Amino acid sequence: MNTGEPKGQDRSSDGAWTLVFLAWLIAGASTLGALFLSQVMDIVPCVLCWYQRIFMFPLVFVLAAGLFPFDARIVRYAPPLAVAGWTIALFHVLLVAGIVPETIRPCAQGIPCKDQPIEWFGFLTIPSLSLIAFSLIGLLLLLTYFKVSK
Amino acid sequence: MKKRVQVNKDVQIKKEGIQLKKTIFIGSAVLLVLVFVIGIFLYERDRLDRSAKAAGQNLTFLARAHAPGLGPAEAKVHLVEFFDPACGTCREFYPLVKDLLKANRDKIRLSLRYAPFHAGSDNVVRILEAARKQDKFWETLETVLASQPYWAPNHKAELEFVWPQLKNLGLDLERIKRDMYAPEIDRVITQDLADAKALNVTMTPEFFVNGRPLPSFGYEQLKKLVDSAVAKVY
Repeated sequence: MNTGEPKGQDRSSDGAWTLVFLAWLIAGASTLGALFLSQVMDIVPCVLCWYQRIFMFPLVFVLAAGLFPFDARIVRYAPPLAVAGWTIALFHVLLVAGIVPETIRPCAQGIPCKDQPIEWFGFLTIPSLSLIAFSLIGLLLLLTYFKVSK
Repeated sequence: MKKRVQVNKDVQIKKEGIQLKKTIFIGSAVLLVLVFVIGIFLYERDRLDRSAKAAGQNLTFLARAHAPGLGPAEAKVHLVEFFDPACGTCREFYPLVKDLLKANRDKIRLSLRYAPFHAGSDNVVRILEAARKQDKFWETLETVLASQPYWAPNHKAELEFVWPQLKNLGLDLERIKRDMYAPEIDRVITQDLADAKALNVTMTPEFFVNGRPLPSFGYEQLKKLVDSAVAKVY
């Protein structure tokens, strides 16, 4: 009895730790990827890209802070960033796809958000990669929430 | 007694677990950064390869006879500078470029190409080209660059502030005002801008040494590129 319970708890927090760690890994890879595009490949980020960066970059630090020692409250502190970034990424993807009309795009001047310098396999653009990353982080945090609230 | 041993064991497992997590975390962080750095290395190498290959194609856009130049025609190293008279960095680079020419006398020739990206600076280019007809291109260029802060406040070229600067050069200013809108000057500017576009020149100054662009911007990089080109052919 005595030994079984803490062990079980440990295991569930191990699972939650792994989920948050994976989310951190995605945030880290996305951040370095974004920096690679702008600093190494000299692709200037448009306004919408900047807003997505504003929510992606801090996730690297917030998620890491929740890992050591593991803090279950990370499921309260990280999701606002992920949801905000996800919303902007979705808007950006819809804009590129032409579903959001051009008249309401916020970046008519300067670097156009609609022009996509990169297109891999015909569908992977920078905003769609961002949307995938934010979606995965959001999903992992949701699973973490279910795990720690059990 | 048995209980305590079990608790100790649990504490130990927990400690090992944290140690493992830390190792995984730090290992992943190092791996991410390593991939990033290797990516930079590979990308830069690829870019240099491509720019070396493009150098041959670049030459057609760079060898324009109309461009004002310095240095002997038989010099084997050809330095082409795309510049904007209203650009502050071009102003700072001008004496440095002259030093480079001086250091490699007879081995290097300079061609100047116009990239008037600043508002109104195409008019200053027109003045330079019109002064060229009076054989006073270089004096005019030096004066224009030296007085740039007066006539280009807020990065916008103001023609009316340029004229007073040109008074002591012995130029026929009335003739310049007549000549500066000549169709052949239009053609020079159009050609230079078209070549700048073809060569992907988006910022000034931009330099090409025997067709090769700077690997990254800076005086040291320019000097290195010139030195290596000189060492290659002399």
